[in-house]
Amino acid sequence: MHASVRQAVSVNITPPVTTAVSRETAAPAELRMSISKVNFWYGPKQVLFDINLGITTSKVTALIGPSGCGKSTLLRTLDRMHETVRSARLEGQILLDGKNILDQDVTQLRRRVGMVFQRPNPFPKSIFENVAYGLRINGSKLPMAEAVEKSLRHAALWDEVKDQLHKSAYELSGGQQQRLCIARALAVEPEVLLLDEPCSALDPISTAKIEELLVQLKDLCTIVTVTHNMQQAARISDFTAFLLNGQIIEFSPTPQLFTKPGDPRTEAYITGRFG
Amino acid sequence: MNPRLRWRKFVSNFMLTMTGCCALVAVSVLFFILGNLVYHGGSSINWNFFTKLPVPVGETGGGMANAIVGSAKLLLLATLFGVPIGFLGAIYIAEFSGSKIAFVVRYSADLLNGAPSIIIGIFAFSIAVHPFKHFSTLAGGFALGVMMIPITLRSTEGFLLDVPRTLREGAMALGASKWKTIVTVIVPAAYRGILTAILLAFARVAGETAPLIFTALGNSYWSHGLNEPTASLPVMIWNYAISAYDDWHRQAWAAGLVLLALILVINIVARAILSRGISVPRA
Repeated sequence: MHASVRQAVSVNITPPVTTAVSRETAAPAELRMSISKVNFWYGPKQVLFDINLGITTSKVTALIGPSGCGKSTLLRTLDRMHETVRSARLEGQILLDGKNILDQDVTQLRRRVGMVFQRPNPFPKSIFENVAYGLRINGSKLPMAEAVEKSLRHAALWDEVKDQLHKSAYELSGGQQQRLCIARALAVEPEVLLLDEPCSALDPISTAKIEELLVQLKDLCTIVTVTHNMQQAARISDFTAFLLNGQIIEFSPTPQLFTKPGDPRTEAYITGRFG
Repeated sequence: MNPRLRWRKFVSNFMLTMTGCCALVAVSVLFFILGNLVYHGGSSINWNFFTKLPVPVGETGGGMANAIVGSAKLLLLATLFGVPIGFLGAIYIAEFSGSKIAFVVRYSADLLNGAPSIIIGIFAFSIAVHPFKHFSTLAGGFALGVMMIPITLRSTEGFLLDVPRTLREGAMALGASKWKTIVTVIVPAAYRGILTAILLAFARVAGETAPLIFTALGNSYWSHGLNEPTASLPVMIWNYAISAYDDWHRQAWAAGLVLLALILVINIVARAILSRGISVPRA
């Protein structure tokens, strides 16, 4: 297990760093989403405190922190999935391309902000129908077969499934199922893709594949990922936010956060003293 | 071997034998009933039984064609009336309502499910027979349909709630509205269970007699349309079994055999349907 994780580090750490530099100098203030003064409650319990965060276009932003720090909750506010919980309450402002997402039609919003979950959750349909699902419910006029192929290629799954598109999605391995879920999210061409610990249920090889994929997907859309795995954040992200007890302790470019953390709590966390 | 260990072994073997015997009894009841029906009624099953009307005592060669068709009509009406109400009601309490409303609906359904069928019969009589001054197929279908509502509702609700939350979230994250999520993901994921539930409800009311005595009554001849009293297999069994004639007794056994065979066929068909398509694996 150790060996393959190390290998993934050496493969993946270079590209984000180099692109980060060039992109930043080209367009320093290009924010796809910006979160300001967000407070969040489940019933009487406050789980997010005064969150301010900018999500840079075509970059990978990672949210890290110990279990229960609110990183998944924060992610779920970005496509308003928190609203599926009755007792949830949110205050503050979340802008997508300058417009508050809380004022928008939620189904329209979720077509622009896609989400991939912790455990692969393909629908009980064929591989093809899983990817086509988002297009079908949106009444897309695109030729379905081409759109499905394109999404599967983007998710680096096409070569593995092209001869079995009409088989059940559950016949795929866990890692393949997760890439299928990524393909499904990509099919509707979202501007932002949210991932909630997408590799936590996967083996190291599948994890490495998905990490590689996320780095490539930056050109297609803006990515925000939650991870409890610090090495993963270091490998794939351009920016990292460290959360603790519902607050953002530190938010900086990833190399900086991991090499010169500005807060002692960040340093304690990344050096493995808690969490 | 020390006595304590021997005692433990004895208890283990004894309980194993007991549970095995009980399982055997549970299965053999069905086969005993089937065997009994075949033994007493098998000889009366012939072409006439399915094609001819009943004949007066003393004549030979009569059948129960009108009762078979009558039962089919009653069950079709009951399904058309009871299943949609139970199904949509279940969607409401499983997906939309708050837990208080769901509790009230669920509890009422359980009470209705437990209501003796003769009470349902009297209720249907007062609503669908008395005001119109005549017994009818419609009234019988209504009575059986009322009985199908709670069974369909409770089991459909159970299967809807069994659909993993992650599937709902997956659909909603793609911009599916709540209704679209239900129609395109949740119901398809639960459809096997729901279909099984509907067929069980169907099988359950197929043998109901008491509600039909109050509503569809019975008929020695063909029943035309839906507005006339109609014969049905359970009522026919009842009438023939309490008669004093051996020939009618044999016919009653045969009718019982046909009814049971019908239910078995429905079950087998249901299993065949269920084994196809893609199901959500158990986590």
